[in-house]
Amino acid sequence: MTTEPLYVKEAKSISKAKGSLLFVESVPDIRFGEIVDVRLANGEVKLGQAIDISKETSVIQVFGGVSEVDLIGCKVRFKGETLRLPVSKDLLGRIFNGRAEPMDGAPPIVPEDYLDVNGEPINPASRIPPAEFIESGLSCIDGLNALVRGQKLPIFSGSGLPHNRIVAQIMRQATVKGTDEQFAIVFAAIGVSYDDASFFMKNLEQTGSLDRTVAFINTASDPVIERISTPRLALTAAEYLAWEHDMHVLVIITDMTNYCEALRELSAMKEEIPSRRGYPGYMYTDLAMIYERAGRIKGKEGSVTIMPILTMPDDDITHPIPDLTGYITEGQVVLSRALDRKGIYPPIDVFLSLSRMMKEGIGPGKTREDHNNVFMQSYAVYAEGVYLREISTIVGADALTDRDRQYLAAADRFENEFISQGENEKRTVEETLGISWDIFASLPEEELKLISQEFIKKYLPKKD
Amino acid sequence: MGKIWRVSGPLVVAEGMRGSKVYEVVQVGDEGLIGEVIGLDGDQAVIQTHEETQGLKIGENVTPTGRILTVDLGPGLIGSIYDGLQKSLLTLIENSGHFIKRGATSEALSPSAKWDFQPVLKVGDRVQGGDIIGVVPETELVAHKIMVPPDMGGVITELNKGAYTIEDMICRLENNGDKTDLTLMQKWPVRKPRPYRSRRDPTDLLVTGMRIIDYMFPLSLGGKAGIPGGFGTGKTVTLQQLARYAQTHLNIYVGCGERGNEMADVLYSFQDLTDPLTGRPLKEKEIFIANTSNMPVVAREVSIFVGITIGEYFRDMGYDVLLVADSTSRWAEAMRELGGRLEEMPGEEGFPAYMGSRLSAFYERAGRVETVGSPDRVGSLTAMGAVSPPGADFSEPVTQTTLRIIEALYSLDVSLANKRHFPAISWLSSYSLYVGSTKEWWDKIDTAWEDTRNSAMRILQKEAELEEIVRLVGPEAMPEADKLLLLSAKMLREDFLMQNAYHHIDTYCAPKRAHLMMKTMMRFYELSQGMMESGMTVAEIRQSPMITKISRMKDIENDVFEDKVKELWAEMESGLVAR
Repeated sequence: MTTEPLYVKEAKSISKAKGSLLFVESVPDIRFGEIVDVRLANGEVKLGQAIDISKETSVIQVFGGVSEVDLIGCKVRFKGETLRLPVSKDLLGRIFNGRAEPMDGAPPIVPEDYLDVNGEPINPASRIPPAEFIESGLSCIDGLNALVRGQKLPIFSGSGLPHNRIVAQIMRQATVKGTDEQFAIVFAAIGVSYDDASFFMKNLEQTGSLDRTVAFINTASDPVIERISTPRLALTAAEYLAWEHDMHVLVIITDMTNYCEALRELSAMKEEIPSRRGYPGYMYTDLAMIYERAGRIKGKEGSVTIMPILTMPDDDITHPIPDLTGYITEGQVVLSRALDRKGIYPPIDVFLSLSRMMKEGIGPGKTREDHNNVFMQSYAVYAEGVYLREISTIVGADALTDRDRQYLAAADRFENEFISQGENEKRTVEETLGISWDIFASLPEEELKLISQEFIKKYLPKKD
Repeated sequence: MGKIWRVSGPLVVAEGMRGSKVYEVVQVGDEGLIGEVIGLDGDQAVIQTHEETQGLKIGENVTPTGRILTVDLGPGLIGSIYDGLQKSLLTLIENSGHFIKRGATSEALSPSAKWDFQPVLKVGDRVQGGDIIGVVPETELVAHKIMVPPDMGGVITELNKGAYTIEDMICRLENNGDKTDLTLMQKWPVRKPRPYRSRRDPTDLLVTGMRIIDYMFPLSLGGKAGIPGGFGTGKTVTLQQLARYAQTHLNIYVGCGERGNEMADVLYSFQDLTDPLTGRPLKEKEIFIANTSNMPVVAREVSIFVGITIGEYFRDMGYDVLLVADSTSRWAEAMRELGGRLEEMPGEEGFPAYMGSRLSAFYERAGRVETVGSPDRVGSLTAMGAVSPPGADFSEPVTQTTLRIIEALYSLDVSLANKRHFPAISWLSSYSLYVGSTKEWWDKIDTAWEDTRNSAMRILQKEAELEEIVRLVGPEAMPEADKLLLLSAKMLREDFLMQNAYHHIDTYCAPKRAHLMMKTMMRFYELSQGMMESGMTVAEIRQSPMITKISRMKDIENDVFEDKVKELWAEMESGLVAR
């Protein structure tokens, strides 16, 4: 493919320009998905991609929109290859835009290879089930929704909730349990405000982690079409670092809602038949192509862990974006507006959050032998407490028994001591489990039905 | 030979294709990507491509193969892991590494492995389609019966015995002078159901080891069931449990458009798991098809048909086969995506209007049948499909279409999952039309099954009604009789319906054991009603140590279970006495 010279083919005429699409007369040997240069009359060059080709007319999607394109003076040149990311280990410490051009003023990297940004699916039989516990230092995640290497665990948030602060804290603190090994971070900002992007960059800078980070930034003012390529560039970089350089990579993508909106916008432009709420029918597959690039592979040292952030429109978890994401990812961390209003940070909704890979990552040799029991008991105690809180608002606290009041107190302590923690407070998993045990100690011992006697003897704080 | 005229996603239009047929397999482009003709217009053919089309050029060759898409059936199937087009994924790693490159090929069945063929007929015997000519002991659990392909027949003129590969001739048939050579392998078109002699009623229970299924909503061998559930409701864990422990001869697990890590988990865990009845490794009776969500969309449709064709093949040997498909929604979405590209008139929510008939064509291939050929035998194929309704909204088209086809519904409930009640199968909205047809099976264990089941269902129904009132007035303000019912319902929910998939004993519960557990709980309710009528309060009854003992029944080892339950009953009769 590379033996062909560049700029060999040029379209003779453009018949239609609409949104970010150009309809051009086809040239021989055009390839599906190939990259084109759109050279405007004023000399400006825009990048585009052939998204529907036929012998007669081909449809070109232009990165950066079709503003100032005219049908006569504009030239479309086909480059004969698909979108590729130049890669080398020097990616680390660099910042790029959604077209993989450096944004940090430094010269382009000297590539070792050019990789197709769409990647290739991992053979399911080559995967290793993720099982190495990542200590995030947050009790709510480590204790109840443990994250493991190679997992994809999104944060479902709402506008105005502190998802950025939580993710920044995880980026600062995450290590694999038992080692101080830190993650290489690949950060993709999709359609976010300048403030959000700069919050993350400053954060990385202040903690000195910039040199283990690659960032791809597409802000709200950048072309919509580049929102589609940004996560793909980021994951291609992540895969390269993980599979070629044996690194453990944590990919943070914010905000996937903007990605899906872009997908809808482009789909409408192509006049495709919409599915739910105008989103295209292939959105599930499209998202899967992104998220499924997380994983562990037999015989490879590295791993790709993905933590996307998305804001749920109107806090609605059944909206197509969180809904389809939830079907693909291995669980979700859901933020709660109610907890946020109470001033609890991080406001993680324990009942809606779930990590599907948790059971593989915890237990003896990984975290601690009692972790699973403590997880189930903590959950049950908090659930019972919240249920009774609801009842007591209807029937009054006087109608409750002594046992019930103990549960009410336990639920309050759970929110204030277990869920709540400082933004710079890094708790070890032992500390997290310790908090649970302290709360258990305030309940009668026979209430601890989900914990084996052995662990109660060993870990329950003795009452004086 | 044709040329590519248009490419749009997985859809390719080729010109110069006069003479090709619909559903003919074609090789697209220089890399020979596998495609199927789905429409013809003059000399143009519309082709759905089962592999990624990025980089295809206008004018590249399209080569018709003259055949339609088939499945390779023969020794070597069991324990295999295939992609949606029946390429062996393990061989694919050897051929092209850990990433799936397009155009990469691998054989479904190893051409070099030798199998020990033991004929059961002799030279001179006249055979027809479906007759068993011999056996290959493929694994300890499954003897692979070698059958005459359904459309062949004649007199055996040669019959070999011993070690052969799937390509060697093992038998020669002569029919009016025509000679046909049979090998251990046969091919069958994916979209064509294999023939059978007659249908039988589905009267036998398919034992799954899950109490809520076996006891409350039984499934028959040859039945068809759907499991709809929103994300996080434990759909995949439930299906994996079924594929692990269902008491069938062979299970097929089709992962259609689902998570790669989860598929890896299935593949890994099945390596070590053993069958609870025989103690043999489970992979001796499992076949996996893995077409994860990031693999080409179009192959999703085929993956389901590949699975069911393999299922029918083993059914024809006289076996009971379970096919689990996770998830049919992804399959329907693949149809929608392709329909959109073809600019077809959409039905509801963009799904093509033919989605219903495709789904029913799939489920109708399940059933309990008398197979063709001799000796006479009965086999069954049970189909279970997961449905992933968007937003857990069951009114969406795929769920609603599925409901019209299936006979048993296991509806997964988000609120149960949020309470961590697993399996999150709702007892209020699930149903099974096999309750009547499996009664005869259950009668062999205890004729009281149906009555006991119905009483338990009544208690659970009543609980749901009372829950509303409890929320208003608080549990303590309820009448004593209702409090007792709530106590019993809680026991049924937590100690019977809830089942821990990760507990070494509780993960599989035999029907007899389930029945003993249920009888014990119902007996508790009876005895405590007597206590209540004699003037005791429910608060007093709640103090009984029997409640904890009943909840621990789950943990009792199988071999001592009956003795321990007898002791428990003796204790109940003496401990739960009216004043």
